[in-house]
Amino acid sequence: MSRFQHLLLILTLCTLNLAGSGAVLAAPRLNIQITGGVEAAQPIAVVPFGVSEGLIPSADVAAIISADLARTGRFKPMPTRDMLDMPSTRDAVDLREWSLLGMNNLVIGRVEAEGTGYRVSFSLYDVFRGDELASTSLISSKTGMRHTAHLIADIIYEKLTGQAGVAATRIAYVTSSGSGDSQTVTLKVADADGYAPQTIVSSGEPIMSPAWSPDGRRIAYVSFENRRAAIYVQELSSGRRDLVASYPGINSSPAFSPDGLRLAMTLSKDGNPEIYSLNLLSRELIRLTDHYAIDTEPAWSPDGRSIIFTSDRGGSPQIYRMSATGGPAERISIDGDYNGRASYSPDGRSIAMVTRINGSFRIGVLDLDRGIMRLVSSGDLDESPSFAPNGSMVIYATIYGGRGVLAAASVDGGGNQRLSQDSGQVREPAWSPFMK
Amino acid sequence: MRVLSLTSKALFVSTILSLMLGLSGCSTTPKSDGSSASRSVPQTAPRPRETTTTPVESTRPVYAGPWEDPSSPLYNRTIYFDYDSAEIKPQYLDLMRTHARYLGSNTSVKVTLEGNTDERGTREYNLALGDQRAETVRRFMLAEGVLPSQMTTLSYGEERPADGGHSETAWRQNRRVIIQY
Repeated sequence: MSRFQHLLLILTLCTLNLAGSGAVLAAPRLNIQITGGVEAAQPIAVVPFGVSEGLIPSADVAAIISADLARTGRFKPMPTRDMLDMPSTRDAVDLREWSLLGMNNLVIGRVEAEGTGYRVSFSLYDVFRGDELASTSLISSKTGMRHTAHLIADIIYEKLTGQAGVAATRIAYVTSSGSGDSQTVTLKVADADGYAPQTIVSSGEPIMSPAWSPDGRRIAYVSFENRRAAIYVQELSSGRRDLVASYPGINSSPAFSPDGLRLAMTLSKDGNPEIYSLNLLSRELIRLTDHYAIDTEPAWSPDGRSIIFTSDRGGSPQIYRMSATGGPAERISIDGDYNGRASYSPDGRSIAMVTRINGSFRIGVLDLDRGIMRLVSSGDLDESPSFAPNGSMVIYATIYGGRGVLAAASVDGGGNQRLSQDSGQVREPAWSPFMK
Repeated sequence: MRVLSLTSKALFVSTILSLMLGLSGCSTTPKSDGSSASRSVPQTAPRPRETTTTPVESTRPVYAGPWEDPSSPLYNRTIYFDYDSAEIKPQYLDLMRTHARYLGSNTSVKVTLEGNTDERGTREYNLALGDQRAETVRRFMLAEGVLPSQMTTLSYGEERPADGGHSETAWRQNRRVIIQY
């Protein structure tokens, strides 16, 4: 009992501290560099938004939209300095001029005062056909301007590609600085463009395996605080967390079921790493695998019916699939002597995994229909792939310049980008679902 | 069922926490906007609240036992492994027997068997591999007469490397189980 009283005391102190300070730490944010592959990108001009007399908006909406569109790898926004004209109203637009500049699409907009915040209006044009493709206005708080710009970027992206955009989603990741007994490990959540990083939990001991709930409101993770591995589920808005697994041995690899009711995980309480499924309401725990080999890294299929996982039951780590209620497993990774940490694309038609090629660990995307694996990374120690919720990109961890950084690759071979911090290591990215 | 009682205690902790958070006024109110001409935008995504963990204060005496004495046979407490293997190499049998003998005649002494791996391969797989390494050592020590109650295992996988480098020299140092008194 004393350990839990101790835990209660620690959490109580933290809660009081939290309520007392209410502080948001000034955390270093992720810097994003686009590292190549934009040949097929479409030219688009996002004109700096007009602003009502006397108004100084808290963010440059057009610049944020341009950066969001560029990061998708599908668009090549025109630099502002190349613009001959900067219209912000429909009447001032001359589409022939933008056509001569080689643009396919044009975005204009305005920011006006609305209550204590802003009204942000924009229009999207097809330059060749002369059509207005979208025209909407959004109400934004002063502090919510970046988010509003991301929402506009997503409207534009969806209108032009037919696919939902991910600019307004978020990324969870683990950072660390120092080593051994003096290390600090922090689980953070930032906007998809690396801005507004928030600390979720910070510890002197390892933190691992962040996993989003399907509604984007909770994150499960493994923490070694008090020199004991445990799985927690933490609600982002309140910071309130539940200890859901703290058995002898490892408590690892949490993964929410698509309906959010269950958490798959790896436990070794019965003497060997096996996969279990925990009902988060009743706390009923079901064991799904039973093999003397390592079984770990469970991931659910989008329909919730099956679970893929890593097992070395055949002599080397490979990906297997079984029913979400357990039973026989079939191997689904094809080539290679090391395949691990697999996860389904949102449409369930492909699987991202870590695969070893000539001694290097790379990220591969296996097309399940065609049985073809496509490599999307080129490092030596790449790991922890996570699909964007629209399936267009995979974010993963890599080593660059001797440091752990994040990278994102377009699944169809388009843009690549690197996300790094000014200092320390970054790892284990987990892309959020669409925020509901 | 020790396991079940842990879970219910965890629930108790979280219930207390949620009550406290409720009292400190950390509530969020969803916003809705009926305006038809414009779309309503949430003020911002809700700010996540931070949880901080506090390290347990060390109350270790200056000299805890013979394993801290460099001239003692118990001083060597690390067993190294081959890549992606949890098999104990013959050269570590004597080391483990030395510790097993000490623990066998000092049954009030407890150890944690800390399993570690190098950085190659996925983190969660390595956590499982570190667990298997620690478990192999535990089973050997059990067979040598150490009581189950004297040993716990803790795998850190690749999370706590002895050497943070990215070469075989570093990796060799990191594939290890430490008998931690």
